[in-house]
Amino acid sequence: MKIAILALQGAFAEHEQMLKSLGVETTLIREHWEDASGLIVPGGESTSMMRIMRDEGLFEPIRQAILEGLPVLGTCAGLIMLDRNHLGVMDIKARRNAYGRQLGSFNTEADFKGIGRVPMTFIRAPYIEEAGPEVEILARVDGKAVAARQGNMLVTAFHPELTDDTRIHELFLSIVANQND
Amino acid sequence: MEDRTTLNRQLAQMLKGGVIMDVTTPEQARIAENAGACAVMALERIPADIRAAGGVSRMSDPKMIRGIQEAVTIPVMAKCRIGHFAEAQILEAIEIDYIDESEVLSPADDIYHIDKRKFKVPFVCGAKDLGEALRRISEGATMIRTKGEPGTGDIIQAVRHMRLMQSEIRRLVSLNDDELYEAAKQLRVPFDLVQYVHENGKLPVVNFAAGGVATPADAALMMQLGAEGVFVGSGIFKSGNPEKRAQAIVKAVTNYNNPAVLASLSEDLGEAMVGINESEIQLLMAERGK
Repeated sequence: MKIAILALQGAFAEHEQMLKSLGVETTLIREHWEDASGLIVPGGESTSMMRIMRDEGLFEPIRQAILEGLPVLGTCAGLIMLDRNHLGVMDIKARRNAYGRQLGSFNTEADFKGIGRVPMTFIRAPYIEEAGPEVEILARVDGKAVAARQGNMLVTAFHPELTDDTRIHELFLSIVANQND
Repeated sequence: MEDRTTLNRQLAQMLKGGVIMDVTTPEQARIAENAGACAVMALERIPADIRAAGGVSRMSDPKMIRGIQEAVTIPVMAKCRIGHFAEAQILEAIEIDYIDESEVLSPADDIYHIDKRKFKVPFVCGAKDLGEALRRISEGATMIRTKGEPGTGDIIQAVRHMRLMQSEIRRLVSLNDDELYEAAKQLRVPFDLVQYVHENGKLPVVNFAAGGVATPADAALMMQLGAEGVFVGSGIFKSGNPEKRAQAIVKAVTNYNNPAVLASLSEDLGEAMVGINESEIQLLMAERGK
């Protein structure tokens, strides 16, 4: 199994490290990624990443691959990029900078459906403001949806790659494994 | 480590692979954001103009900074003078995303830097070498940048600082465990930071290039030398076509290892900022705060 990580701007090295610790092969997109069986869209600045993704001609290929069923994990800016107003592949609407500026960034712990208590790091994070009927909300913090799944797409408003807890990545890898069965 | 310090280091991690641009108006801030900047630095005058104007240079008007905060959704940074903790308190009060305790402004204290651990808001500081970087980190800085000579469009100093820092890091990695105590003494930094660099081969915080970046090639050079991202000050809005140059520098940071892409990015950018050579300037801002 090989997982591609969108490496245009942001914290892609952290996802790479996390997957390596789980013994998973990775490739960074701008490189060759056609044979990848999953994709991670990391944290960073979503406006930067969108701009670069369009300029690099990656917008349509990535959108198509996800629509055709490529499993994808989007964290923080990655969640924003999958929503209705960006790549438009997931039936959610993200609220950007939902917790305000950096002084509003925080750590917490909350229940994640099917996993249990999970440490969550929110950095100038979004949350999910609206979700369509096919979207399953997996975690809430203060009543706001902060993690969700819709078929092959898994998103978190927080950064699982910044903690030592590997369970979110393992959940994603199980989605990838099932897809390939 | 404290929660806040970790969160602040992590925000810097999100900026990696990005370009942080100096802007003086909401309009420039929007140009920077549209070009793909990952953050902007709000200031009244860009370094080239600060240098030209001379005199004492201070923190920008909070109202001007607020105008820029309202104009964009990306993080907004602002500068305070070295050691001027009251200016930093004011910037924290307006909820700035990152404070640059910067040698570009006139220093307020020639001995002490700000005790940055007292603040919830994060700080980036300049460093010419590893000792300076680790001293700033020990004071609470959660991001480091080179101290390339601001407002000159001359990359030589940023290159010197980045090369020196990387070679000092490699040296620490090569030492035996029992030699680290002496290294900490020589660098005038806490032992645990020396140990961290020895074990990990890098700073415990993100390290950007800053000062003198004027072209896509300059940005690519700094990234290849080990910078994790780039600050561009006067280089953009002092050039002939700011919009195009801003986009080109963003793309150059993403494609820093691809000379063919860099070649096409470097075409038709209009006039670069004029620039001053290191030997032609009176005031070396990098010598402020050590």
